[in-house]
Amino acid sequence: MAKRELEPLLWLLFSAGGVLSALLMPSLIVLFGVAIPLQWVHHTPYTRLLAVLHNPLTRVALFALCMLSLFHWAHRFRYTLYDGLQIKHLNELINTFCYGGAIAGSLAAGYWLSRL
Amino acid sequence: MIDPLRPHAVYHDYHPRWLRRRVSTYWWLERWPYVKFILREISSVFVAWFVLYLILLLRAMNRNAVAYQEFLDWSTRPWVLLLNVISAFFIVFHSITWLNLAPKAMVVHAPGGRRVPPTVIALSNYAALVVASVLVAWLLLGG
Amino acid sequence: MADRIVMEVARYRPEDTNEVTFQQFEVPCPKDWVVLDGLNYVKDQLDGTLSYRWSCRMGVCGSCGMTVNGEPKLTCATFLSDYGAGPIRIEPLKNFPIVRDLVVEIGDFMRKLVSVKPWIIRDEEKPVAQGEYLQTPAELDEYKQYSMCINCMLCYSACPIYGLEPGFIGPAAIALAQRYNLDSRDHGSEERMDILSHHEGIWGCTFVGECTEVCPKHVDPAGAIQRYKLSASLAWLKSFVAPRGAEQEEEEEAQEEETKEAAS
Repeated sequence: MAKRELEPLLWLLFSAGGVLSALLMPSLIVLFGVAIPLQWVHHTPYTRLLAVLHNPLTRVALFALCMLSLFHWAHRFRYTLYDGLQIKHLNELINTFCYGGAIAGSLAAGYWLSRL
Repeated sequence: MIDPLRPHAVYHDYHPRWLRRRVSTYWWLERWPYVKFILREISSVFVAWFVLYLILLLRAMNRNAVAYQEFLDWSTRPWVLLLNVISAFFIVFHSITWLNLAPKAMVVHAPGGRRVPPTVIALSNYAALVVASVLVAWLLLGG
Repeated sequence: MADRIVMEVARYRPEDTNEVTFQQFEVPCPKDWVVLDGLNYVKDQLDGTLSYRWSCRMGVCGSCGMTVNGEPKLTCATFLSDYGAGPIRIEPLKNFPIVRDLVVEIGDFMRKLVSVKPWIIRDEEKPVAQGEYLQTPAELDEYKQYSMCINCMLCYSACPIYGLEPGFIGPAAIALAQRYNLDSRDHGSEERMDILSHHEGIWGCTFVGECTEVCPKHVDPAGAIQRYKLSASLAWLKSFVAPRGAEQEEEEEAQEEETKEAAS
């Protein structure tokens, strides 16, 4: 019975994370990871970034991005380890590591976002 | 065990010795499409790294402007920069492969009943990527 | 262009040895010859003990699938001239147990195909006297692509998940289930959903996409599976929002079990 399966939920989280990370991460990493450290553009001043982050919409969007991207990674990485390395006997360990990591990361992101 | 193809069989055929070959641990290196597939899946690790990077940024923002500046300085360290450059490539790779494949899962019917061709869906995905990127750039750099 | 080409053919004879060996045959290669022609030449002129499957020799029966130079192909649709000077390596279809030479055991696929109920399931059959079921061209287009499957199993050979996870139902079976789910005459989607929304059903698939690449009939099983994942997830969500439907199902299941117990 489809209701008892957890897979549909995990797949939906994976898909949502895939979409959000595909749309938002390229620009974010090019800016924060490459362009700003290499000083191709001037870094966002602290006050402006803080103002942007104070906006509730930004916080919700950023939390969704972090949480769903982590679940996207968890689902994909779990299957890669399972299939790619054929380490099925470590199944429970893999699941705990992946989904546990995703939950921990989401909590951390939520904590630091809420305290701003 | 009942074979659904022959539910009334009560005998067993002579059974030749079939050869079952084990799949190698390096199955994914045997064909280029498999290598591409594994690279695509590995891109999710870099997605997770960037979330961690964002969390560290948020932690710095929580403290004060000095902590923020220290974070920016830390991001110029060679290993961090290298990791982020590599991540950027993998994240763009993830983005392109995802937006190209998403149309396969969605069959959208336009009003009137005709199916929207997958290229249109892919193009609208890329349009969304451009719009989102411009929005992010404007938020962070504009003004 | 050379007029002869060397074929390295895999041999497995369980009565002799426990492993696959390769035997070289030099065959003529006129411009219009396919790999199957080469194999038939071998069997007719060079070595009559070679075992392999083939039938229609025109790409509609699905019998002659083999691994040619590492790629799953229909040997009746693969031209010798595409391989230049050769040699061409011909092996049995990957991911299946080898019975003999180039013949593989396909029972697993056959059982999985039956398990997804690839036939029209209706709540109520219309009596023949009332005429045919009518279908518009648009309704036909919904599932027509998935009906083109010739059960050649090249997709199972290309799918790494099928090789790693023997319980995986596989691309063709899921595509054929979709062919019936999307058929306007069919009412069996829920029944098939219960069978397929399972770790060894659609959720085992990680969208490698090779099944679609090798399909000779352009069925696109990968697309069918992703669509099915989406509809299964939405149905799963709906089952929480509209539990009344689920309760009805549970009542019907309970009644079925009671009748079964009463009968035994």
